[in-house]
Amino acid sequence: MKKVIVIALVFFIATAFITQQQPAGLKAAMARGKKVYDATCLACHQPDGSGVPNMNPPLIKTKWVLGDKKQLTKIVLKGMQGGEIEIDGDKFHNPMPPQESTLTDQEIADVLTFVRNSFGNKASMVTVAEVKAMRAKLK
Amino acid sequence: MKKMVILVLLVWMAAVSFGNDTTKVAKASTDDAPITLPQGFKSVVVTSGLGKARHLVVAASGDIFVKLEKLKDGKGIIRLHDANGDGKADNISGFGNYVGTGITIKNGFLYASSDKEVYRYAINEKEGKVDTATVQKIITGLVSKNQHETKSLALDNEGNIYVNIGAPSNCCQVQDRVKGSPGQDPCPILETAGGIWQFKADKTNQSYAEGARYATGLRNVVGLDWNTEVNELYVMQHGRDMLFQFYPDLFSQKEGAENPAEEMFRLKKGSDCGWPYCYYDNDKQQKLLNPEYGGDRKKVDRCADKEKSIVQFPGHLAPNAMLFYTGKQFPEKYKNGAFIAFHGSWNRAPEPQAGFFVVFVPFKNGMPAGKWEIFADGFSGLQTAGSTGKVKYRPCGLAQGPDGSLYISDDNNGTIWKVSYGK
Repeated sequence: MKKVIVIALVFFIATAFITQQQPAGLKAAMARGKKVYDATCLACHQPDGSGVPNMNPPLIKTKWVLGDKKQLTKIVLKGMQGGEIEIDGDKFHNPMPPQESTLTDQEIADVLTFVRNSFGNKASMVTVAEVKAMRAKLK
Repeated sequence: MKKMVILVLLVWMAAVSFGNDTTKVAKASTDDAPITLPQGFKSVVVTSGLGKARHLVVAASGDIFVKLEKLKDGKGIIRLHDANGDGKADNISGFGNYVGTGITIKNGFLYASSDKEVYRYAINEKEGKVDTATVQKIITGLVSKNQHETKSLALDNEGNIYVNIGAPSNCCQVQDRVKGSPGQDPCPILETAGGIWQFKADKTNQSYAEGARYATGLRNVVGLDWNTEVNELYVMQHGRDMLFQFYPDLFSQKEGAENPAEEMFRLKKGSDCGWPYCYYDNDKQQKLLNPEYGGDRKKVDRCADKEKSIVQFPGHLAPNAMLFYTGKQFPEKYKNGAFIAFHGSWNRAPEPQAGFFVVFVPFKNGMPAGKWEIFADGFSGLQTAGSTGKVKYRPCGLAQGPDGSLYISDDNNGTIWKVSYGK
C-alpha cells in the first residue's frame, strides 16, 4: 500500500512540475489568442475545436494543427478552397477564408499558439517572427 | 501530506468510476437508437452503420434505396430488404460507385445524383429490383465547388426533373466569407448555380444548354418535394451564415443565431427568392437587404418584389429533406402536410446548437394551415447543449413507404428509422 502511495505521489508531483514548466509568455499569448479565436475562428471550428462534420475540420490532435507550423501559418494567411483537408477518409468542404487582410502577425501568432495548446493539443508556440517571415515569403 | 495522498486517490477513483458510467450509457443508446415521437407513433431501427446516409426512397415493394455520400464497401447506393416484415433490414446490398445525395423513384425509373451528374436506372417497383445494366447519365456537368455541392431531386407528372444547384458561396462576396468583403452586384454565380434547374427526365447527357433555370435566388436547397395536390414545387432554403460575426453592430450574438430564417418557398417558373441580395429577418418578420449589399436591417430596397416565403424557421437549422405526406396510415391532420428533416445547426455557436429534429407543418390546399411542430426529436443524444460534431444522429432524408410509414435517415452514423402509427 505504501508503495502505491509513493508512486501516486511521485506521479502527482511530476505532473504538477511539467504543467508549471511553460515557455515564457505562453500564458499571455494564450489569453490574447483566445480572444482572436472567439472572434474569428469559433463560428466554424466551434468553441471546443471539434469542427463540423463534412464542412469545417476539427482542430483536435490533427497533423494540420500539430505538424508543420509554416504550413499552418500559410493556411491562416492565404485560406483554402475547401475539400483539401481529409481526416480519416472524411473530406471537409467549406472554404477557409484568408486572414492576411483581417489579422496582424501578432494576432496570428497568438491564435495559432492558442490552438496548438488548447482542446487537448500540446505543441510549441508560434512567434510573431515566424508569421512575419511567412507573410513576406508569400508576397 | 496524508491529505494530498487521499486527494490523489479520490480523484483517481472518481475518474475510473465516471469512465465506466459513460461507457454504459453510450452502449445502451446505440442498441435501440431511441427517438421521441407524438403519442400513438412508434419507430423501429431498420438498420444502422451505413455511414453518410443522405436521401432515401422506398419502392412499391417496400424495399428501401439509400444514397450515400461516402462509399460503403465500394457502393454508393444501398438497397435494404426486409424479408420477414418486422421492419428491420435482413438483406443489404448495393450498387453504383459514386457518392452523392439525391435519390427518388418515378414511373419505373430510379434516379440518383452525384454532386455533378444525375443517373437513372430501370426499376421493377413491385419486386424492388434495379437493373443496373440500364444505367443512363441524364444530366452532367453541373457546378460542384465543394460548398453546397450536393444535388437533390424531384420530378413532376409531366416528365420533368428538378435539380437544385447550390451556390458555392455564403453571400456572393468578392472574397467568400471574408469579413468586410463587399457583395458582387450583379452576382455572377446566379448564372449557373443558386437556383433550381429543370431538365427532361428521359433525355441523356443534358447540361445547362438543354435545361432551364426554373427558379433563382436560392442559396442552397437540399430539401425539396413536388406537391401532387397542387402540382407545384416546394423547396427549403439554407439561409446565409455569419451575420453576427461580420456585422456585430447590426446583430447581437443571439440575433445572429436566430437569423436569417430558414425559408420554405412555393415556386413558380421564374421565381426569384432573393439570394444573395436579400435575407428574411426573423425579428423584423420581413425580407430585407443583406448588409453586403448596403442593408441596415431596415432597408427593403430591391427585396420588395422577391418571392415571399410561406413558412419561416429559426436560423441555421439546415433543412435537408422535405416530404408531403400522401399516405393513409397517419391521422387525418398529417394528410398533404409537410415533414421537414433538419440536419441541425453549426453557425449558432457560441449560442447553443439546435434543430436536430423532424418537424411537421399542417397544410390545406397547398398552403400552411397552422404552426409548425416538432414531430421526431432526440436525435442529438445530448442532454444539454453540445457541439455539432458530438451529436449522435443528424436527420437528413425522408421517404414514405407504400403502407404510409415514414422513413428517416441519419448521415452521421447511417441509421434508418421506420416510423408508423397505431398497433
